[in-house]
Parts: sequence; C-alpha cells; structure tokens
Amino acid sequence: MTAHDLVFVIVGLVTAVSAILVVTSRHLMHAALYLALTLTGIGGVFLVLGAGFIALVQVVVYVGAVAVLFLFGLMLTRAPIGREALDSQNRGLGLAVAGALFVLLAALIIPAFGGESTAEVTGPTIEAIGIAIFADWVLPFEVLSMLLLAALIGAILLARREAGESGTEAEVTRIEMGEALADEPDRHEAVGTSAPAGELGAGGGR
Amino acid sequence: MLSEYLPILLLFVIASAFAVGSLVVSSLVGPRAPNPTKLAAYESGNEPLADVKGTRFSVKFYMVAMLFLIFDIEAVFLYPWAVVLRELGWFGLVNMTVFVLVLGVAFVYEIGRGGLEWD
Amino acid sequence: MDQPLWVPIFQTLVVFVYFLLVTAVLIWAERRVVARMQHRVGPNRVGPFGALQTLVDGAKMFFKEDPTPGMVNNPVYTIAPLVGVIAGFLSIAVIPLGFDVTLFGETFPLVVADLNVGVLWILAMGSIHVYSVFLAGWSSNSPYPLLGGIRSSAQMVSYEIAQGLAVASVVVYAGSLRISDIIAGQQTSTLIEGMPGWYAIPLFPAFLVFVIGMVAEAGRPPFDLAEAEGELVGGFHTEYSGMRFGMFMLAEFMNVVTMSAIVVTLFLGGPNGPTFGLPDAIAWVLPILWFSLKMIGFIFFFILLRGALPRYRYDRLMSLGWKVLIPIALVWVLVTAGFVLLAEEGIATTVRLVLAGAAGLLVLALLVTAGPARLAGASDRPKRAPIPTPAPDRAPASRHVERDREEVAP
Repeated sequence: MTAHDLVFVIVGLVTAVSAILVVTSRHLMHAALYLALTLTGIGGVFLVLGAGFIALVQVVVYVGAVAVLFLFGLMLTRAPIGREALDSQNRGLGLAVAGALFVLLAALIIPAFGGESTAEVTGPTIEAIGIAIFADWVLPFEVLSMLLLAALIGAILLARREAGESGTEAEVTRIEMGEALADEPDRHEAVGTSAPAGELGAGGGR
Repeated sequence: MLSEYLPILLLFVIASAFAVGSLVVSSLVGPRAPNPTKLAAYESGNEPLADVKGTRFSVKFYMVAMLFLIFDIEAVFLYPWAVVLRELGWFGLVNMTVFVLVLGVAFVYEIGRGGLEWD
Repeated sequence: MDQPLWVPIFQTLVVFVYFLLVTAVLIWAERRVVARMQHRVGPNRVGPFGALQTLVDGAKMFFKEDPTPGMVNNPVYTIAPLVGVIAGFLSIAVIPLGFDVTLFGETFPLVVADLNVGVLWILAMGSIHVYSVFLAGWSSNSPYPLLGGIRSSAQMVSYEIAQGLAVASVVVYAGSLRISDIIAGQQTSTLIEGMPGWYAIPLFPAFLVFVIGMVAEAGRPPFDLAEAEGELVGGFHTEYSGMRFGMFMLAEFMNVVTMSAIVVTLFLGGPNGPTFGLPDAIAWVLPILWFSLKMIGFIFFFILLRGALPRYRYDRLMSLGWKVLIPIALVWVLVTAGFVLLAEEGIATTVRLVLAGAAGLLVLALLVTAGPARLAGASDRPKRAPIPTPAPDRAPASRHVERDREEVAP
C-alpha cells in the first residue's frame, strides 16, 4: 500500500463517516453541515484520483452553492430546527436497504477494480475535458442550457405565486395584529406561509 | 499530480494551528466571569424579546441562493471552454454564445418578472 | 518530488508570514489614512507613527474575556470564525510573490502551489468564505446576527458570480488556468508595442467588474451595509467578543489583502516589472518589490474608498451586482473570445485595436446610461396603486376607513 493509497483511504473514511453522520445526526443544521463536509470529502476523492479540475468544480458548485442553498432554506424557514424534529420510523428498513446496496456495489466493484493502485490513476487534463464537452458532446451541452433555463424559470415561479410585487419582509408584529392586514389588496409573501395565511382571515382570497 | 497539493495541506495545517492556537491561548489567558447579562442575546440594551424561531424571512434570500447556483454552474462551464477556445475556433464561440443566450433569455425574463426586486 | 523537503516548507512559511505581516500593517495603515482623510491624526503613540498599534491591539485581544452567550449553538459558533480565517489563508496558496529565487543551490518560485487549475482554486476558497458569515449569523441564535448574516452572505454570493465571470475573461485571453501562465502572458503587450501587457488594459470592463466585485465581496465600504453599525449593530458578528471577534476582523482584513493580491496577479501583471538590467544575484528582489508596490497601491485604493464614499443601500447593492455587473461581465467574455479568435486569424493589429476600443466604449456607454436607470428605476417606482378610499356615504369597505371615520367624528 503506497502513500497515495493511504491518503485515498483516509479521505474515503472521512467522507464515509460524515455521510453516516448526515443521516444519524439529530440536529437538522448539523446534518446539513455534515453534508457539506461529505461533499468536500468527495472533492478530496476526486483530487486523490488525479482529477483536480473536477475536485475544484465540486467544491465551487456543490459545497459553495448547493449546500449553501440547503443551509439558506433551513435557516430561513420555520422548519423545526433542533432535537425534536424528524425521526423517521423506517430506520430499520432504510438501514437494510443501504446495507444491501453497499454489499451489491462492493461485490461488483472490488473484483472488477480491486488490486489496482491509485497512484497510476490520472484524471483528464482540462484541455481534454474542454474538447470533450464543447467538440464531442456539444448537443448534450446545449440541452443542458435548456435544463438550466427550466430550473431558472421554475425557481422564479415557485417563489412568487401571484403577479405583482415580489415578497418583502413579513413583519411578525403585523401578522399578529391580523386585522390590519385583512383588507390589503396585495399580500406580502414569505417562505412557508401556508399556515399563518389562514389566520389572516378571508382578506385577499387565495 | 497530487504532490502539487501537499504544500497546500501544509499551509492548511499552519493556518489552522495559528487560528486554533490563538483561540486556545486566549481562553487560557483571558479572564472568565459569566453573568446573566453577558449570557443574554444583544438587543441594544433591551430585554431579548424576539424569538429567532418565529422570525419570518423574505423569500428573496432563497431566490438569490438559487440564482447563484445556476449562474455558478454557467460560470464553471466557461472555464474549460476558455482554455480550449483557441482550438475550438469560431464553432466554440458560437456554441457558447447559444448557451449564454439561452440563460440570458431566462435572466431577462426573471428580471422582468421582478424576481430581483427589493433585493 | 524532485526538490528537497525544505523548499515547500520554506515557500509556505514565506507566503504565510508575508501576508500576515501585510495584514497587520494594513490594519494600522487604514486607521492612519482614514484619520488623515477625516482631519484627525490616527494612532501615533505606540512606536514610531503608531506602527506597533496593531501588535498591541492583538495582544490586548488575547487578554480579553471570550464570553459565549447562553443561547448559541456551540460547535458551529466556534467553527465559524475559524473557517473564515482558514479560507482567507488558503486563498493565497496560488499567488506568486515573485519569480524564481535561488537559495542554497535550489531555484524555486515564491508560491505555495502553482496549480494547474489555479484560478479555480481562488474561486473555490471564495465560496468557502461565505460559510463563515452565515454560520456565524445562524449559530448566534439571535435576530440581529441572523439577519446580518443572511444579508451579508447574499451580498457576497451575488458578487462572486460577477467576479467569476470577469476572471473568465482573463482565462479566455490567457488561454490557461495556471497563474504562472497568466503572469507570463502579461509581460509584453500584444496590442501595443513596448507597453506592459497588463490585462487590465485590453480587458478593462472585466477589470472594472472585478474591482467592484472585490470591494463588495470583502464587505468593505461602500458595500458594508450588512455590517453597518447603525443598522444591524454588528451584523453577523454581534454576539462575538474577544478573540473570536478578533478572528473575524483578521479574516476581513486578510480578505482585503488577498483580493488586492489577486487583482494584481490577474490584471496588473503580478511580479512583472522592469529589472533595469541588474545582475541576477540582486534582480530577484525586484519582482517581489513590484508585486508589493502594486498590491499596496490597491490596498490604498480600498482604504480611500472607505474614507470617501457613503454607503450603498442594500437593494441598490444587489441590483448593481445582478443587473449591471453580471450582464457586462458575460458580454465581455464573449467579446474577448471574439477578439482572441480574430487575433488567431491574423487580422492586423491596428484593426483589432480599433475594434477593441469601439467595443470597450460601447460597453462603457451602456454601463453609464443603462446602469443607473436599471438601478434606480425599479426601487424608486411607486410601490403599488394607492388604496382606493371609498366615498364616505358608501358602506365602509375596510376597517381602516371605519377607524379613521371614528377618529375624525367629533
């Protein structure tokens, strides 16, 4: 086992342990942070396998944007943050399925690739990646732009459910004094508003 | 190629040692005298009233994060394209322009719908 | 490795100590320069011209109590400033301080790691830096920090895209992600003979976008609304005191230094500069000198901005980042790509120069005319149609009006 293999094992262990902590942690925010750590660990695995560009893209996009999106969503909603939340009843079944999947993957991958040292693995160069995306696989690349277009438009439509002004700060005190808002012609939206909207009475109609 | 990153690991270790060491030294050397005022939340002198769990936030922050994700992906695609541009030639310019235009259309639509208002 | 072990250790230590020293000097310099701009003197008691003030302040920080308020989420509360400082230090890993130096028989550049994907490393560390801000805000479990943290991180995230797109122009022009290639490409100009080939000249709109994005990303005035003392107390670091707060301040100033170093490397030629024909034994100091001078120039620019400009309102700040900077940066990437391809075809230099000038003027004209309109128009439009007040003889349609009538009736 070379030094390279040792680094690979360490990075893989860190990733696996933080992935397990994601699903077993009792605090929602901590689970999200462990997810960010897991994604960084995957970037480390890419790095060990010689794909420096993909590793950094993983950090920039997954850790820097996707995990941030998760954390923003957690922080901004009234999601139960804390120990009282989210205990699924299917833990045993989940564990069994995950274990079976792990055994299946191990049984497939280890005989196929086991025994090869990671030191000889070299990732693609950036030039190779660039030529592959923009010369060989141009059509999937353009279709990808359509996918991003759909995502962008979906994001806008999800966040604003009516024509007119977009959401502004919803002040707690105004919602408690519900009568003052009952007759506003346009309503101020905030994230997670379905329950308290009912408290405001019939004003505005939804 | 991995050996290129070893000095960065070294820098990480030095920076962590510096940061953690500062905190440790400060906790050893500094006084410790907790009292209820210090432990309470800061509200410019008032009693802490607002409960964070009840605070409502505008959806525009979440929108910013989502838009950031999509444009980050677009920016990340620009980098390998920029490196091989000279080999791709005008064909490369055209296909990236199409990509940027499609996203640009969505961006203009989003600005027009007011998705970035009140930011 | 082909080099002895002490070489990477030496490189790392030199870069680390260099940036730490510059940060310490920056803290002192900012207080002096801003004081001068405000007709005051600034710190002048500790050491000559108050130069040791930072050292003394740092020592004081150590001896202060580090109270942890009762409602914070302790592990995250402690990790947040650490993430900020570590991300700040890691950003400089790809910045070369100078060209090759020769010590004890070994020749090596003064850089921690000249990665193949150097530019992307800078972007990645910027993404990590956002974490420290909103984790600090959230873990404080208190309204001011949470609001400040979210606003600050939304601002940083918006300008990160503008910066990434501006840097993409540089990568298009240089043809490589490796920082040493970008620096080498700036040694001589391909457009005008004899001038330094600094990328700020052919890529001027991208340079502008990057500089503005740099100031906003660092959360420095005039874009410091999220930490504004008058608005949100201390923003995301309200509940922090003692050394943890010191870490945030250190991270912020390190960010200024790092950003200056990055802009100098990518746009102003880095360590490039005339060597005046000196022999090699002495000439290795000159690139470090040029780099330091340019970086200090930019730090001075940061400090000037702080002393001179009023604060941007938050919604205008976000409008600037999204509606003005991102479109300009995107368009300029494609324009730069067009010019690079024209150069490959061998179009004459003067023709390219004229076209480049025209394109730049067009972009700047668009910026000047459309920019303020986009920024100002949206937020200052009347917010909604005025609520129609029914005539008094009709049955009251709203309790608002009923209340008013009750108050007005004698």
